[in-house]
Amino acid sequence: MPEAPLLQVTDLVKHFPQGGGVLAKPKAWVKAVSGVTFAIHRGESFGLVGESGCGKTTVGRMVLRLIEPTSGRIEFDGRGILQLNRKDFGRLRRRMQIIFQDPYSSLDPRMTVEQIITEPLLAGGRPPRAERRRIAEELLGKVGLRGADLDKYPHEFSGGQRQRIGIARALCVRPELIVADEPVSALDVSIQAQVINLLQDLQREFGLSYIFISHDLSVVEHICNRVAVMYLGSIVELASTDVFSRKPRHPYTEALLAAVPFPDPHRNAAPFAMEGDVPSPINPPPGCPFHPRCRYAFELCRVEKPALIPAVEDHSVACWLNEDRGIE
Amino acid sequence: MSDCLLGIEDLSVSFGTPEGSARAVDRVSFALNRGETLGVVGESGCGKSVTSLSILGLIPSPPGATDSGRILFEGRNLLELKPKDLRRIRGRDISMIFQEPMTSLNPVLPIGRQVAEPLMVHCGLSNAQALAQAAEWLERVKIPAARRRLDDYPHQMSGGMRQRVMIAMAMVCRPKLLIADEPTTALDVTIQAQILSLMVGLKEEIGMSLLLITHNLGVVAQMASRVVVMYAGQVVEEAPVADLFDRPFHPYTQGLLRSMPRLGGRSAGHAHRLTEIPGIVPAITETLIGCKFTARCPHAFDRCREKAPDLFRIRQGQQARCWLKESPERRRADA
Repeated sequence: MPEAPLLQVTDLVKHFPQGGGVLAKPKAWVKAVSGVTFAIHRGESFGLVGESGCGKTTVGRMVLRLIEPTSGRIEFDGRGILQLNRKDFGRLRRRMQIIFQDPYSSLDPRMTVEQIITEPLLAGGRPPRAERRRIAEELLGKVGLRGADLDKYPHEFSGGQRQRIGIARALCVRPELIVADEPVSALDVSIQAQVINLLQDLQREFGLSYIFISHDLSVVEHICNRVAVMYLGSIVELASTDVFSRKPRHPYTEALLAAVPFPDPHRNAAPFAMEGDVPSPINPPPGCPFHPRCRYAFELCRVEKPALIPAVEDHSVACWLNEDRGIE
Repeated sequence: MSDCLLGIEDLSVSFGTPEGSARAVDRVSFALNRGETLGVVGESGCGKSVTSLSILGLIPSPPGATDSGRILFEGRNLLELKPKDLRRIRGRDISMIFQEPMTSLNPVLPIGRQVAEPLMVHCGLSNAQALAQAAEWLERVKIPAARRRLDDYPHQMSGGMRQRVMIAMAMVCRPKLLIADEPTTALDVTIQAQILSLMVGLKEEIGMSLLLITHNLGVVAQMASRVVVMYAGQVVEEAPVADLFDRPFHPYTQGLLRSMPRLGGRSAGHAHRLTEIPGIVPAITETLIGCKFTARCPHAFDRCREKAPDLFRIRQGQQARCWLKESPERRRADA
């Protein structure tokens, strides 16, 4: 029997109310996530990619219960987390942490680096101050900063260094799962490489699992073992990274990959520009969410939403074309 | 040379800060020919945006000050023009699109008015004529149902649509030069592809030149014919796009190209480690004697610390600011 997954997410749904008030009913519902299912194994990096508004960040936050799901199940290490009370969940929550995108707004400007990094410890056993300082110093070393930086404030650091501080904070309670929400998107190319390498080194050292949320396909391909592509609140394709860029099976993934400008001037095929915009998640189109922009769409796509089902081993697709044949 | 549309010569711009004067642009020179697309790449703080804002006289002064240099547009030095004369060029012969389409459009004016404005100011069209042309342009930049959306406000549109409005606004007077400062950075990749292909099409149609400022090497590879690489306020390398990607000379350019993960670059389950450029960009308030890249350079030797290198000619069309040109034996094979 294969090892049970570290995290199992089943049929996760989130609808945000829009408009309305304390007594008034909401005017509309933003269907941010509509039925997402996936599993993450120990030591794995799982990528969630998609364009803005596809629901990838909402999924990441629901896993940590920073946003409460509308419905669905989340199991961490075999235990359902949504029905846990505050105290029990607090204990479990130490095993999962988050790294945010913006290294500027995610650190309290009035706390020292030591206070920032060790704040998660205050929620648990509250080790004595000297011990906390020792832990903070060790963590700073792990993320490539110096012990002398402990008493500095966030404004004294560059963006890349601040992201390192955010990573040290996430590592502080020795988590098993880290949700990294666009951790390198705000960084310059040369600094981005430093942080990516750091995340990979730490994963090896601590046996971490990552949910890596990003819009940058090349970064996700580099760091992840498996990738889920999201569109308008649903996973449309889920595959191992090795086949993801070479043999995409969903027309959206295909278009997404084709749109990336390739850093090679000899490749003179201009990036393929797919027509149209992402539809509003308030009124998602009936049937397959991608059909209004899909160049292969036929009648069935307009009526019924295809399920995410395995096309070949380790490669699932939500597309009617894959029911009997691949995309040519 | 009549082929040259824009020539920046020896431009230095500095800003007064509490820590003293900080030089954001340090003796930058480059030229842009008619019909050409020149890419300017570099990371945050390298001076690429300040350079482009200087062209249009958009650097606030104080704290900004132009310390030296000339910006020649069709032979006239823009830095010496009276504000009135510069206004006549800005928005008509030279226009600009910015990174953030939300903050660069006026939130309280309907988009039709905003697109029509340059036509009324520069081309003397009447309100009705200008609005009619604005509608045409909005159609051209592929805004669906453009005629019905003339009275829409920017907040009613998506990011991609707003950037299309910006482009229409920049193009209505058929400029000779379009400066695009990170035009697609805030956009999703499929929308980016739409905007880039739109820009290529319009550029061909109007025959304008494009100064494309970006940090995205993929965008540069697809769009530009020549590239200027900036680091810490200086031009460190300039080359035709193929040479820059095939035979980058400056260690910084090489580092940038290597540090980037490439799609499809994963080999059978094993991702290679990215080559990082160690360290961080020096603060612009720091005074450095030698080459500004020394602290991060894998090849640095004594001379780099002692004296700042000039731009050396590497081959036809390519130059780099690096002492390795004179001491090629210092280049370590592995780095």
